[in-house]
Amino acid sequence: MKKSFLVLLAAASVLLSAAAFAGDVALLNVSYDPTRELYRQVNTAFAAQWKAQHGDTVNIRMSHGGSGKQARSVVDGLPADVVTLALAYDIDAIADRGLLAKDWQKKLPDNATPYTSTIVFLVRKGNPKGIKDWADLVRPGVQVVTPNPKSSGGARWNFLAAWGYALKQPGGSDATAKTYVKELYKHVPVLDTGARGATNTFVQRGVGDVLIAWENEALLARRQLGGDTFEIVVPSVTIVAEPPVAVVDSNVDKHGTRAVAQAYVEFLYSPQGQDIAAKNFYRPRSPEVAARYASQFPTTHTFTLGELFGDWRQVQAKFFSDGAIFDQLGPGS
Amino acid sequence: MNARKHSRRVAWPRRMVHLILIVLALVFLTLFLLLPLATVFVEAFRQGIGPYLEAIKEPEALSAIQLTLLVAAIAVPMNVVFGVAAAWAMTRFEFRGKALLGAFIDLPFSVSPVVSGLVYVLLFGAQGWFGPWLDHHGIKIIFAVPGLVLATMFVTLPFVARELIPLMQSQGSEEEEAARVLGASGWQMFFRVTLPNIRWALLYGVLLCNARAMGEFGAVSVVSGHIRGLTTTMPLEVEMRYNEYEYVGAFAVASLLALLALVTLAVKTLLEWRYGDEIAAHAPGGH
Amino acid sequence: MRRRVLPGFGLSFGYAVAYLGLIVLLPLAALAWKASGIGFEGLVRLLSAPRTLAALRLSVGGAVVAALINVVIGLLVGWVLVRYRFPGRRLFDALVDLPFALPTAVAGIALTTLYASNGWLGRWLEPLGIKVAYTPLGVFVAMVFVGFPFVVRTLQPVLSALERDVEEAAESLGAQRWQTFFRVILPMLAPALLTGFALALARAVGEYGSVIFIAGNIPMRSEIAPLLIVQKLEQFDVAGAAALGVAMLLLSFGLLVLVSLLQRWSQRWAERAA
Repeated sequence: MKKSFLVLLAAASVLLSAAAFAGDVALLNVSYDPTRELYRQVNTAFAAQWKAQHGDTVNIRMSHGGSGKQARSVVDGLPADVVTLALAYDIDAIADRGLLAKDWQKKLPDNATPYTSTIVFLVRKGNPKGIKDWADLVRPGVQVVTPNPKSSGGARWNFLAAWGYALKQPGGSDATAKTYVKELYKHVPVLDTGARGATNTFVQRGVGDVLIAWENEALLARRQLGGDTFEIVVPSVTIVAEPPVAVVDSNVDKHGTRAVAQAYVEFLYSPQGQDIAAKNFYRPRSPEVAARYASQFPTTHTFTLGELFGDWRQVQAKFFSDGAIFDQLGPGS
Repeated sequence: MNARKHSRRVAWPRRMVHLILIVLALVFLTLFLLLPLATVFVEAFRQGIGPYLEAIKEPEALSAIQLTLLVAAIAVPMNVVFGVAAAWAMTRFEFRGKALLGAFIDLPFSVSPVVSGLVYVLLFGAQGWFGPWLDHHGIKIIFAVPGLVLATMFVTLPFVARELIPLMQSQGSEEEEAARVLGASGWQMFFRVTLPNIRWALLYGVLLCNARAMGEFGAVSVVSGHIRGLTTTMPLEVEMRYNEYEYVGAFAVASLLALLALVTLAVKTLLEWRYGDEIAAHAPGGH
Repeated sequence: MRRRVLPGFGLSFGYAVAYLGLIVLLPLAALAWKASGIGFEGLVRLLSAPRTLAALRLSVGGAVVAALINVVIGLLVGWVLVRYRFPGRRLFDALVDLPFALPTAVAGIALTTLYASNGWLGRWLEPLGIKVAYTPLGVFVAMVFVGFPFVVRTLQPVLSALERDVEEAAESLGAQRWQTFFRVILPMLAPALLTGFALALARAVGEYGSVIFIAGNIPMRSEIAPLLIVQKLEQFDVAGAAALGVAMLLLSFGLLVLVSLLQRWSQRWAERAA
């Protein structure tokens, strides 16, 4: 009984993989939640280009989910050829299990980040609470929606943006930053598990006065959910969010897809790839493409993770590990 | 007759009590069950029937429907066979550790869905006990159909057994023993005596097991890998669409699931209505 | 005695045990093994952290309250559906299974839609000062929802089998309606009520999908234990997540055992009453 069951399972999985990889080349891009539109367009453009250059059909499959969960799935055997996640820490975790080289961020330009974003505020029409900058978020009566940085990679950028703002004020130090951020999270009525959940809470349920969000998410939310009901406020200073990409070495070697996977991630840096990124509200790295979309992306003072905090491992240990700073902010401590 | 005459004396206040109880129960059911159900359909048809049909006709939705049906079609029969075997052993024989076996059957109910997906990753994932061996032999379990089936089987395992055990306990084994004494073989006895006696409870078990199998979200989410059009079941498709601000699409797929549930419930109700007396005769504790 | 007459003990017992072993026990063994990775001290530290305790208190305490509410409402609904005849009875009867069939995520979204301050129910409750969505109260609502069918469904067969002559006999002996209910009917229903309570409880303790949408997830206030497991996984702390999973499993398993002891006791009570 058990044996026939195993045979059945094996047969099902063989059938399934045969169906999945019937095209000439198959590629699996494991990504995080908000990139569906972006990669739908990238995949079409890249497949056309690859067909023109090599004559092969590329069949690109997508997997979307929370960034950390996706990284864990790859570690546990999800056969990703390419990962495109929300933060380098999650790809580091895959590298720690030996699936790709530890120095993966050196293998592509710009720290393996073909496009960036920043952290901005989404407020309700007419900005009734007069939100202009980070300091306004902790005024009495203001409610802020942001997801939980412990369960959402995107939310860690939000946290760091707030911390960096406080640090950059006159007389700013870790102590003043902690006071500010602690006050900020007291104004959060709902800590969703993911960034999209937070957007839904703010937009659909009408909770809160401000949503702290990635710029591309705020622009997309405004377009998708009614342009005249929300406004975007860009704070005086904010962080550059860097969602990186990488080829998963051991998987592409197993699948024999290294060439196409490499071409795929490099395509993101090409003028066409950069243009698609900009169309989907990500800030392109290429100055020429950026110039064309200048009106879409207001300038503001920005800082990077590297400038203020070091690398993600340090950030994780200092802020987000169990018992670290974020855990000390709660009402129980 | 006697009872009716007896009750006429207190008819008025008692009828008031009946009415109050009925109203209370209906208010609760409406607020708690009917309204959430209505929400699903209202949101799904918010932009009319056109967008609704569009959303369901997308290839990703169709593949999710197929996958959900496939997973249920494997997991439910497996649990039916298990349920019947477990109920037979539990109710027809005395053995040591019976209470323990009963507790183990209920165990999946007390495991958080988050954990019930995780356990299979710990077994079959690349870092798990059997991961390297499976990988070496090219067998995929996690992030493929077998993993989805296993997680679903785990979550829905107790339903059939739970439904059968109390019934078979109360029915006793006299009829089966008589069949044996009259010379029936084991399987003859099972198909001619046991199965007809338990068929309604079995059907209930199957319906509940099936409903839960198609609706399972937490455990399946962990082992699916969320590969669009390949390993996403309907509940996962709902979540992904909701997270992509495709509210109509999300609720359209959700309404299909609700519809599947309603069809199941309708079948059950129809059977009860058609064969009501027969079912009552076989209900646990009925005579 | 019976074993000689009835066949199939070896086959049915062997199959059931093998299946349980493969599908349930082996995976749970892997969980326990992974959990042992954090060591005894790690476990103590994990379980004594205020946040863990608060989350467990909400998950277990909330589940107990929700299961109690379900017992009361389930008794009412089961009684009405079995004993009284009114238009639409079958429809409402069919509706009871809905929480089983609706995916938990959909249930969570639908409940949040209803109870948010701009929802159909929320807009009436909010002016009364009752906030449901994004509060611990929302957690209860979701838990009551997912556990609801268990009580009704375990109660119904027993209620319909309950012989009216017992009640009538009690009444003809001069017992008040309420006395009949508490002295005669309730003891006979107690085992089924306890089973329903236990199942609703176990289901609610581990519930994740529907609760996170409506809970608000604020640490120490509306954060449930399964969410802590998810957060640990998100930090790649699989051992910690497994340990918390085992702790929750033991807790709800312990509750199930406790209830089954109560049940045995109540069965004796019922026999004495009958």
